[in-house]
Amino acid sequence: VLSIVVFLPVAVAAALLAVPRVSDRVVRWTWIAASAVEVALVTVVWLGYEGPGYGLEVNRRWIPSVSSGYHIGVDGVSLPLIALTAVLFLACAIYSLRQTERVRSFAALFLFLETVCLGVFVSLDLILFFVFFDLSIVGMYFVIAGWGHRDAARAALRFFLYTFLGSLALLLGFIGLYLAAEPHTFDMVELTEQNPLAGGGTAATLVLLAVFVGLAIKTPTVPFHTWLPPAHTEAPAAGSAILAGVLLKLGTYGFVRIAMPMLPATWRDWAWVIVVVGVVSVLYGALVALAQQNFKRMIAYTSVNHMGYVVLAVGAAGLVSTSDEQAQVLASTGAVTQMVSHGLITAALFLLAGVLHDRGGTYDLGAYGGMAASTPRFAALTAVAAFASLGLPGFSGFIAEFQIFTGSLPGAPVATALAFLGILVTAALFLRAYQKLFLGPPATTGVTDLTAAETISIAPLMALALVLGLFPRFLLDLVEPAARVLGTLVSR
Amino acid sequence: MNDGMMSLELGRLLPELFLAGAAVFGLLLGSFTPRRHQWVVAVLAAVTCLAGLVATAVGWSAGNTAVFAGSYAVDAATNATRVIVLASVLIVLAMAQIRGHARETEFVVLLLLAALGTVLLAGANDVLLLAAAYLLASIPLYPLVGFAKDAPGTEAGLKFYLLGALLGTTMLFGVMLVSGTGGATDYAMLRHALPDAPVAALAVGVIAVLGGLLFKAGAVPAQFWVPDVTQGAQPAVGGIVTTIPKIGAAVALYRLVAIPLDHTELGWPLLIAVIAAATMTLGNLAAFFQNDVRRLLAYSTISQIGYVLMAVAVAGQAALALPSLLLYLAAYAVTNLGAFAVVCALPHARTLDDYTGLRRHRPWLAASLIVCLLGLVGTPPTGVFAGKLTVFTAAFDAGLGWLVVLAAINTVASVFYYLRWITPALRTGQAPEAPDRPATVTAYVAAPASVAVGLLAGPALSLMSAGLLTP
Repeated sequence: VLSIVVFLPVAVAAALLAVPRVSDRVVRWTWIAASAVEVALVTVVWLGYEGPGYGLEVNRRWIPSVSSGYHIGVDGVSLPLIALTAVLFLACAIYSLRQTERVRSFAALFLFLETVCLGVFVSLDLILFFVFFDLSIVGMYFVIAGWGHRDAARAALRFFLYTFLGSLALLLGFIGLYLAAEPHTFDMVELTEQNPLAGGGTAATLVLLAVFVGLAIKTPTVPFHTWLPPAHTEAPAAGSAILAGVLLKLGTYGFVRIAMPMLPATWRDWAWVIVVVGVVSVLYGALVALAQQNFKRMIAYTSVNHMGYVVLAVGAAGLVSTSDEQAQVLASTGAVTQMVSHGLITAALFLLAGVLHDRGGTYDLGAYGGMAASTPRFAALTAVAAFASLGLPGFSGFIAEFQIFTGSLPGAPVATALAFLGILVTAALFLRAYQKLFLGPPATTGVTDLTAAETISIAPLMALALVLGLFPRFLLDLVEPAARVLGTLVSR
Repeated sequence: MNDGMMSLELGRLLPELFLAGAAVFGLLLGSFTPRRHQWVVAVLAAVTCLAGLVATAVGWSAGNTAVFAGSYAVDAATNATRVIVLASVLIVLAMAQIRGHARETEFVVLLLLAALGTVLLAGANDVLLLAAAYLLASIPLYPLVGFAKDAPGTEAGLKFYLLGALLGTTMLFGVMLVSGTGGATDYAMLRHALPDAPVAALAVGVIAVLGGLLFKAGAVPAQFWVPDVTQGAQPAVGGIVTTIPKIGAAVALYRLVAIPLDHTELGWPLLIAVIAAATMTLGNLAAFFQNDVRRLLAYSTISQIGYVLMAVAVAGQAALALPSLLLYLAAYAVTNLGAFAVVCALPHARTLDDYTGLRRHRPWLAASLIVCLLGLVGTPPTGVFAGKLTVFTAAFDAGLGWLVVLAAINTVASVFYYLRWITPALRTGQAPEAPDRPATVTAYVAAPASVAVGLLAGPALSLMSAGLLTP
């Protein structure tokens, strides 16, 4: 079943490309239908999952000479992200109803991206993980290069080179893990059980360094974030939404799926570095975002800020792993919740930025003003998204950040206190941006409100963020057992 | 040796016999065939390749044996080389634009002879046979490079010939020194004798032999011919010289390092590792700002050989060394020929900018190009990725961590120039010329095949597990 979930989108994409002369209308609706079926399938998988442990596991031989197999499965960490992926791709499909340029290739590319993103989250084999991880880069490169704005080719090249460097660092780390394991294997479950580099030493540190750099570039954390702002600024709105909503999660997901359980001792040793990297990302991302005049760039930097919280949480979970189990579970749960929450909210913000660009032809905050009067729905949704993003209680971001701070405080009090300042800065920058765009005297005329497609694609994301904020139990019931398992793995 | 044994040994050599027979028979056939019917020679060659593939497949499970008094090894490495070379010849026959050419027969016969030389190079288990195979693998390529009889082709052919003759003579000198110091010519005996041989003479001899093989492989320091030849010759010939001889040379290097040089105290693995590092780095750096697609591909093939040599450097020190080498060669051959097939399909598009608008007007050709170029980068799940993964693992396993890191950095750097080619192909623009039909179809086949090699890496690697024939 899981294989169908993963490969259905790419099969639809192949069919779209293979059938000659289909009208754009058919393509659009096929794309939406396929994405909707995905959401339904993932819902079924979610409801059918009984944790803890891996569900719907499939393990087939692939390259037996290096003990790598087609091994997939879901658990409490991956399921929320799979669901997030399916929802965001559906939102992008609906949002792209107004897409007119090379619709067929665009739809096929997004369906392909959906398959590879889902593939990363279900992989239980390092090589399989890497295959999907790398293909996500390739797919996103073509999205940016093919449908981006003016400077897209340059930004896409930078994105490709930077993230490809990360993925190769990751590959080196994987090979290190493989060779350290006895018998050699790329299977994640076996590697987690074996804990091959428990003895520590230089080898363990180097492997963790390679894996960490690889994932940190993807996340991205300071100082590896410089590819992100140009990529986001030049990418089309739906591409940005997927990039921020799903692709960035591949990095942080790698921390909780690979780095922490497979290198627990080394992770604990270096957890303080990871905490520092997280805090620096939080503060740096927030401060630089505050200085932006470009709305989309600003959101891109808030992504650095928000992913910084996740890195802080996973670092802190390593610090307190042997002393305070409750705090650790809280921090890990918060990290996963934050991934989901950030995915929903930031994707919505990027789609809104796309609307802004569509109306005014620029992301420059100075070019707009007082739009609230003429565009009530746009103003309202942006307000909701901005408040959700800055962590207002009632939204998912609040739950996630609350858990992260509470869980991290015992292990890293100073760092957590510093990271707390990040929230203040984000609050300031979102309010400032909102004022410039929607309040004050109207600077732009003739701006039309959200179309039905835009509303239908963005509003449900905010509704989900609200539901998660008000009734988080259904998510936490899934994540907490998995976080507890993770906790015992890291404490080994 | 009695007749029964002789015929048994010949039975193990069917693919080589097919190639030699087809070359001779094809030449005769071509001389008596009217010009417009010369395609029968190409058909004969294709049938020969298919028959050779079948014979190899049938004989695969027969195990490793040495034939002709131990001078030629039939083992997993030779079998894999046969498959890769024969498949490459098929691809080249499909994409070469020689249909109806006045000298079509000559082209095909020279190609078959070069392929035979390459297979012999890979299987040679004796330094004298190695030298003979070197000549057979080299000489047919010189006229092929100058086949068009135009100025760039002739110049390239001359350059190729001079360098090949120089390094060939050096290699003969090396063969003399090695067999003189070791007191034998076949690898099995050299393996025992060389550890006690005079070090200085042996070192000079081996370096001279390596020089010849590195020339065939197009590796540093004998790589100078690659860009000029690839640019000057016809595109299909460019594909031939950058693919087929390299396969045999790489396997021959492996065999040399793994068997006769195995017990010598000199640091051959380190030397090869340094050569590998230099080759991949130089190839990459030189490819960076090339605007001519063939030159770019030429430098890319140099860097690819650098990765291949990583597997040679760890010969015998890691379980994956030989399987990874053969897998990489197979993936490289089909991917590189796929890229050349696209070049063949658009013979007038010489610079990167000439590919502008390809995606819009020839979407499937553009897709094939992108698959092949990303394949050369080593993007999963293509064959070169599987090759790189196993080569890196083998090198890591043997303690060459620094080389793996360098190779990873080189891989990232290589993305840059491959993308320089992909970017214009994605832009909108004028329609390029109407592509050559057979070459286009070849590209359509080669691109998915390059991915298939990666997906089928598991079974492919287990086929190679029989390993090298070791005394």
